[in-house]
Amino acid sequence: MLPPPGPEQQRLIERLHRAWRKAAQTANLAIGVGDYEAYVEHVRRNHPGRTPMTHAEWFRARQDARYARGTSRCC
Amino acid sequence: MNAWASRIGWALLSLFAAACLGVVALRRGETINAMWLIAAAGSVFVIGYRFYSRFIAEKALRLDATRATPAQLRNDGLDYVPTERSVLFGHHFAAIAGAGPLVGPVLASQMGYLPGTLWILVGVIFAGAVQDFVTLFLSTRRDARSLGEMIRSELGPTAGGIAMVGILAIMIMLIAVLALIVVKALASSPWGLFTVAATIPIALFMGIYLRHLRPGKVGEVSLIGIVSLVLAVIVGGHVAADPVWAAAFTFDAKALAWMLIAYGFAASVLPVWLLLAPRDYLSTFMKIGTVALLAVAILIAAPDLKMPAVTRFIDGSGPVWSGGLFPFLFITIACGAVSGFHSLVSSGTTPKMLANERDARVIGYGSMLMEACVAIMALTAACVLEPGIYFAMNAPAAAIGTTPETAAAAIANWGFAVTPELLSNTARDIGETTILSRAGGAPTLAVGMAQILHSVMPGAGSMAFWYHYAILFEALFILTTIDAGTRIGRFMVQDLVGAVYAPFRNTESWAANALATTVCVGGWGWFLYQGVTDPLGGINTLWPLFGIANQMLAGIALIFATVTLIKMKRGHYAWITAVPMSWLLICTLTAGTLKVFSADPKIGFLAHARKFGEALAQEQLIAPAKSLEQMRQIVLNDRIDAALALLFMSVVIAVFVLGVRAAWQALRAPAPSAQEAPYVALPHAAAARS
Repeated sequence: MLPPPGPEQQRLIERLHRAWRKAAQTANLAIGVGDYEAYVEHVRRNHPGRTPMTHAEWFRARQDARYARGTSRCC
Repeated sequence: MNAWASRIGWALLSLFAAACLGVVALRRGETINAMWLIAAAGSVFVIGYRFYSRFIAEKALRLDATRATPAQLRNDGLDYVPTERSVLFGHHFAAIAGAGPLVGPVLASQMGYLPGTLWILVGVIFAGAVQDFVTLFLSTRRDARSLGEMIRSELGPTAGGIAMVGILAIMIMLIAVLALIVVKALASSPWGLFTVAATIPIALFMGIYLRHLRPGKVGEVSLIGIVSLVLAVIVGGHVAADPVWAAAFTFDAKALAWMLIAYGFAASVLPVWLLLAPRDYLSTFMKIGTVALLAVAILIAAPDLKMPAVTRFIDGSGPVWSGGLFPFLFITIACGAVSGFHSLVSSGTTPKMLANERDARVIGYGSMLMEACVAIMALTAACVLEPGIYFAMNAPAAAIGTTPETAAAAIANWGFAVTPELLSNTARDIGETTILSRAGGAPTLAVGMAQILHSVMPGAGSMAFWYHYAILFEALFILTTIDAGTRIGRFMVQDLVGAVYAPFRNTESWAANALATTVCVGGWGWFLYQGVTDPLGGINTLWPLFGIANQMLAGIALIFATVTLIKMKRGHYAWITAVPMSWLLICTLTAGTLKVFSADPKIGFLAHARKFGEALAQEQLIAPAKSLEQMRQIVLNDRIDAALALLFMSVVIAVFVLGVRAAWQALRAPAPSAQEAPYVALPHAAAARS
């Protein structure tokens, strides 16, 4: 068995996790899919009485919004 | 010590940039390596970003890091979400990256690599990136409103309405031209048509999978899609090799045009999740991935530029597009240096996600610089080809005939050595029967990319694979643009008609939707069909119209920016937008005037109509018209094209006049009169963190 990661290795792992998360967020945003966790946290913090949409509902809403009125696309 | 080290570093970089530019600009008669071009472009962009964009951010616009942005004020966890700078950069770049910077520079290579390179470098730093940056900033200060709304509020409702008409007209031109590029790339190409046609069932499968089987698992379904696409490219080779299947997938340009029109209508009325969204995911990932792959391949292969620095066609006699260097080089490159469309994107979703005004500098200015890098790479890929191959691919049949022998003879006449064997061998290498007259930029870029990638990853058949992979990647995001663009056009039509007849605006009404879609598809379909039956080859006629429209929109965005700067009482910095604006107006109006009134039938629409009209009156036919009816159609097409060019010119002149009036009023007003949203300070914690 491998020894557990020391503090330096843990910092590196954290940095890699953060970088991966940022890359995933960027890729998602490039196709118009935002951050579901950010949405849920926003609803919990600012609208405590409301239940946030499920992931599937939220995903469909974001997909529809991407091609809705008022958007523009480049050449 | 640090300040001096920094200054010395920048001075050295500037010397390096100047040296590379010197090699690019001054070497004649010997081939230079593409790395000089890449190094010159890269260092110039870095210097431009560091100095000019900082000057604009700090002195001219005075970005305020303490000011709350619409993302913070309206934070709804959905559209308005303060997003981290690097993540938002990716979103914005993916939104502005399109087919334009790939096609324009390839066409501009007709004049050699130097004119195109110089305009891309100068244009993006002083015009294109400035437009994107300033529009993003102004939209952020105006509650993330769109360009049309901002123009209405600063220049008046008339200007806003005129701008909307202009935007709709450009949208139609854009879709028509992109559709024509796809048609030209797939005509008489069974491999290409099979591969692109295969994307439809793949996308449908992905859509259903994502909707019902595994909702939200975009990465997974995209991976499946991309693997399927690569398989489709490989299977396409076998389809093309088999005589029965190859015949089934071989269609001429006219048939393909009808297919594309039918596809455009059908795709834009289907629900977005079924076809458009999955295709969008595929095309976005492939677009970014392939461009990155090309960049790495160019760096590894370090190919030589075979195209001369300047060719004789700067005099305007070129076969690919007619017209001298001024104004048509700038019109042809269009999106590679300045793109009016970007002002729509910069006032679209990005300002709703900007976390801090300071981020606008890297996101607005920086992503346009990256787009210009893509343009430089496209130019490189086109210029590493033998000039003979480049011209064989891009000249119309009227200039080079239809066999390798006639083509080689005609091109040798222009001063570029090429043998018929080279032309047929290249065609065989890429798995096609012919490369002649495959105009539209996409096939040329694909051959260039295939050569570069093949030199890095050699192997039998790999050139054909990379060629068709490149065609697929371009066709994929063009088809997505056609689909999404038709929907956007439908909304615009509904809005414009809805201003007069309110019930038309209702998007729930199936009848209104269908009618608006028909108007939109009819609009671009008409120009597409005109393009495939055009004596000059289609691209020759339509690309300048698109370029003029695009530069016109950029001019409108810069007029708006200049007027707003004056209204903000920052008029002493208004030159940063006024100088590129003036240049764009001069280019657009000169090009428009020449396209309408020039006496040369290769340039002027009315002269072309007169030439065909006179032949028609004597019942003579000029190729490719095979009947008097087709002759009449060509004359009508020319007149409509001339009317469209006049429309574009009138739109930009009208907005300019209204802009001058608004600026005059602002100069006479004692206080700032810009319609900004009120200042709200960022909460202290957030300001300290950023």
